[in-house]
Amino acid sequence: MAKHHVTTTINGEEIEFLCETQQTLLDVLRDELELTGSKEGCGSGDCGACSVTVDGRLVCSCLILGVEAEGREIETIEGMAEGDHLHPLQRKFLEHAALQCGYCTPGFLVAAKSLLEKNPDPSETEVRYWLAGNLCRCTGYDKIVHAVLDAAAEMRGQANA
Amino acid sequence: MTSVRYEAPESVQDAVALLGGANGGGRVLAGGTDLLVQMRSGMVAPALIVDVKKIPELRGIAGNGEGFRIGAAVPGAELSEHAEVASLWPGVVEAVDLIGSTQIQGRASMGGNLCNASPAADSVPALVVAGARVTVAGPNGTREVAVEDIPTKPGRTSLAPGEFVVEFLLPEHPEGTGDAYLRMIPRTEMDIAAVGCGVCLTLDGDGVCTAAKVALGAVAPTVIVVPAAAEALIGSKIDEAALARLDAAAQAACRPIDDKRGTIAFRTRVAGTLARRAALLAAERARAN
Amino acid sequence: MPEGDIKKAYKLIGTRPVRPDGVPKVTGTAKFGSDYTLPGTLAGKVLRSPHAHARIRSIDTSKAEALRGVKAVVTSKDFPEQEFAYVGPERTAVNLWHVTRNVIAREKVLYEGHAVAAVAAASPSIAAKAISLIEVDYEVLPHVIDVDEAMKEDAPLLFEDMITRGVDPAPTRPSNISKYLEFKIGDIDKGFAEADEVLEKEFATAASHQGYIEPHGCLARYDADGQGELWSSSQGHFVVRNLTAKLLGMRLNDLKVNPTEIGGGFGGKTVVYVEPLAMALSKKSGHPVKLVMSRSEVFRATGPTSGAKMKIRIGIKKDGTITAGEATFKYQAGAFPGSPVMNGCLCAFALYAIPNQRTVGYDVVSNRPKTAAYRAPGSPISAFGVESVLDILAKKIGMDPIELRLKNATHIGTPMIGGKMSHEGYSATLEAIQSHPAYKQPLGPNQGRGVASGYWFNGGGESGASLFINADGTAVVSTGSPDIGGSRASMAMMAAEMLGIPYDQVRATVSDTATVAYTHLTAGSRVTFASGLAVIGVCKQVIDELRARAAKLWDVDVEAVDWEEGYAKPSSSNVGQFEPLSLKDLAAKASATGGPIGSANAVNASGQAPGFSTQLCDVEVDPETGRVTVLRHVVAQDAGRAIHRSYVEGQMQGGAVQGLGWALNEEYVYGKEGKMENPGFLDYRMPVCSDLPMIETVVVEVPNPNHPYGVKGVGEVNIVPVLAAVANAVADAVDRRMDSVPISPPKLLAALERQEAEL
Repeated sequence: MAKHHVTTTINGEEIEFLCETQQTLLDVLRDELELTGSKEGCGSGDCGACSVTVDGRLVCSCLILGVEAEGREIETIEGMAEGDHLHPLQRKFLEHAALQCGYCTPGFLVAAKSLLEKNPDPSETEVRYWLAGNLCRCTGYDKIVHAVLDAAAEMRGQANA
Repeated sequence: MTSVRYEAPESVQDAVALLGGANGGGRVLAGGTDLLVQMRSGMVAPALIVDVKKIPELRGIAGNGEGFRIGAAVPGAELSEHAEVASLWPGVVEAVDLIGSTQIQGRASMGGNLCNASPAADSVPALVVAGARVTVAGPNGTREVAVEDIPTKPGRTSLAPGEFVVEFLLPEHPEGTGDAYLRMIPRTEMDIAAVGCGVCLTLDGDGVCTAAKVALGAVAPTVIVVPAAAEALIGSKIDEAALARLDAAAQAACRPIDDKRGTIAFRTRVAGTLARRAALLAAERARAN
Repeated sequence: MPEGDIKKAYKLIGTRPVRPDGVPKVTGTAKFGSDYTLPGTLAGKVLRSPHAHARIRSIDTSKAEALRGVKAVVTSKDFPEQEFAYVGPERTAVNLWHVTRNVIAREKVLYEGHAVAAVAAASPSIAAKAISLIEVDYEVLPHVIDVDEAMKEDAPLLFEDMITRGVDPAPTRPSNISKYLEFKIGDIDKGFAEADEVLEKEFATAASHQGYIEPHGCLARYDADGQGELWSSSQGHFVVRNLTAKLLGMRLNDLKVNPTEIGGGFGGKTVVYVEPLAMALSKKSGHPVKLVMSRSEVFRATGPTSGAKMKIRIGIKKDGTITAGEATFKYQAGAFPGSPVMNGCLCAFALYAIPNQRTVGYDVVSNRPKTAAYRAPGSPISAFGVESVLDILAKKIGMDPIELRLKNATHIGTPMIGGKMSHEGYSATLEAIQSHPAYKQPLGPNQGRGVASGYWFNGGGESGASLFINADGTAVVSTGSPDIGGSRASMAMMAAEMLGIPYDQVRATVSDTATVAYTHLTAGSRVTFASGLAVIGVCKQVIDELRARAAKLWDVDVEAVDWEEGYAKPSSSNVGQFEPLSLKDLAAKASATGGPIGSANAVNASGQAPGFSTQLCDVEVDPETGRVTVLRHVVAQDAGRAIHRSYVEGQMQGGAVQGLGWALNEEYVYGKEGKMENPGFLDYRMPVCSDLPMIETVVVEVPNPNHPYGVKGVGEVNIVPVLAAVANAVADAVDRRMDSVPISPPKLLAALERQEAEL
């Protein structure tokens, strides 16, 4: 069977690609488009390392078929910084040492950005539950939660949390 | 290579035709959070995937004064954001919201949760006690079915070949009605229910329970309705004695298995506990309505 | 320890700068093992055993090979046989005869998920199809999963000729017991006779997985001239090189291994699984091959740590003096010998001055994946038993559990199995918890508090480093240690501190196997200590060179030049009146004074100090469901001296949370067929963000005199006390003594139905 020809928008750019039906959006991003910032940790939606947004909605790209991307707006970790200007969450993750190995980090950042767009002033509990689908095995989550709360405070224009 | 056909029809009729022509080799793709995992693990190998998300009836939420029609492919996150549904049936919305992570909520639908036919499906006990029905489309037209009549055993439904669920019908409820769904998982998120319990009850002006429905998940091959548990509540003020009867009735109805998610004794005991706690929460909501 | 000794006036040591590799890791550009691709790369895939135990009668790969797009299929026939010999120190001995069989099964498959064959094809879907076309004729054999069952005389044997090592005279019958160990000090019978209270209790722990989020993955290229190159995510690319080369019959110089970023390891990425297979596929196909595991493959085929059974017996006087400690440990090795049971034997009583000790260990094979190192391998298991028994004994004699531990705490010179304690630090971690506000905070109903301590050896060993000064006065420091948790930052900080230049003028990198001296694993809490010593050493060499360059410019003897805070200065006014020369000045003049400035160094570091940690855990138990919620967790750990304070805290927090997962929910679940029933993150329940409170840390600093900055390794000991701390907290909350982990809700609810209160 011929591959699907898909036209989509990724990080603001219109992109075309070919894929087989069973290729997931994560497979396409990584293997066809060389956007390897989204990671595969499980392939079953349990770790969040492949988090992206599709039409503004946070999802696991391992649980979407590539062909479903047709006509959608997709945002990945590669679109988070503007040139050499890091997003506040990216800066706060660095300042708080909120990453050790860094493998889960893109997924956490995409998920946290999606949270702060919906809720600019989350409580610690809200941060923890929103991020429950992102597994981190290195940090014990402590510094990640601090970084997200601090970034939220900065983005609200307040002093550091 | 391995040729899986993908179609995204824009009408119910087209979807029916595609599924009907696939000789049982077709699978409906809504949120994909079960289907893609099953395909990857080799559990299923469909010849045809029918993506139903472009069919308007499967994507909308509409109130009609007698309740709500909710498209079977509406993702959990959209349902949670719908303030009116959440205020009418908080138990249903909370149950849907318990399915997976924020990311899963962005995709997973009630239709998928029901038709995956897991006895542990979180939304099902809540939908059952709410009296929800579904419309089913198929080669012989559409029919309306109670939610509890869809799953028949783990992984199996009463849907005929070529049939699929189009929408859920959530009724209005009488004054003084409240619903709740609680589940037991070892962690706080990301697990499949070891036990789930939905309770819906109606209290009169004196706080006496006039109607009740109790459903349990993950303690039998399908979600089960427990009339004896409901009877334990009806006529009471949801007092300690009624709750004790409810607890016992819920436990008595359990026919669970031992597996990686819980033991028979554990599931049975916790079913009673959850029934009590869900009844208290439902009663609290009923008093506020 | 006097405060003044600790707080020497460092500019960088103990601060929290942003890590040098940070930006690529927050923008998605950092490349991990599976992120590399070369032109023409093929997709690799492994066929794995569906049986827990079976003899392989034959493998027919012809249909797979005939499939269009398939470029190579390999089986064990493509790997040379290895000598049967245990090589290396007893504690970490490796037998390549076993290693090659774990990488790809030969005569038998020994666990579900055991690799049987591998293919390389033009696409992942063709590779998957090819795998399904390989026909393996198995003779299914009886299997054994549980350690006690495996030790029975009539148990199915994994190796029909395995005679237990360490027993004299050697047994005549083969068994699944690979090794017997026994260690003693003092007179154990006399010790128990002196005790007022003796408690003996059995405990069990479940096998738990390291749970790194990045599955194993690599890219291999084998060229026609016999040279190969690997991009591999591992905790030690030199070890990957040596093992891969050995398993393929290559010379070490013919294989270059590039360290990719690594997505967590915790000990699990210290051995090879995919690398030899990918290299063999590349050799056979003539194309680069990428081989990446799925999560299910990670769980079914890579090392968890041992599940174990143990019996602990401790004797104590009424005043709290411990008179005797005896323990028997039976650790699962998995399908091949080599559990960390010796560590269990050595660590069990290491924290305490117990004059009479005896520990016995059994290394037992069964039809499970071969265990791999996991964060202080073996020690959390033995600590679970010992620290639980101490908690019970403290209650029996009415003594505060920290007072009991302080009374018996080890100090420099305290006799222990294997010698004498050589470092202080344990008591300071106890005192840190004792004086923490959490220790006196009131608790509510169904809430409880537990404390426990842990010991770990920490490692030294071989490390290489290089340092080059650039013409603009910046520096590049490089080691052979993969950076899993911020070690580039620590290396840059130590180099900048030594050289006396700002942190941001040092770039820290990880070099491949062709450009820096052999460097052992990023494991054993050894990197900041041992690779740090290599860095400090190379900095000294470069400083000497900088002094020589200044001496040349000033035309004085090199001995007359000092190096202070980034400047060459005359050592006294007698030398002459010279303006100090900065590193930048000297770098700019390097061409004229003798050429580029730089050096390489290699060390075999010794003098590492052990890790000590004491932790407090507060829990709340739901008495109707058995569910445990962690309310508060405080980690005190001796870091010697923290180089990068945030990453030290991060190790403490991460280790504690891995321990909490192991204590509460994580376990390998097997069905009757001997197959793992929960090989995914859904049902192998690692802690998620919403399960946890903030993890409080107290960085105790009792410097290691054998390191210029006082460093003690910090990576591992933080997981050691957690299992017991949780069990002790649960006992405090609901008066039930949980003697097996995980303390999952079904188990605890069953315990709550027991009528008698327990200590």
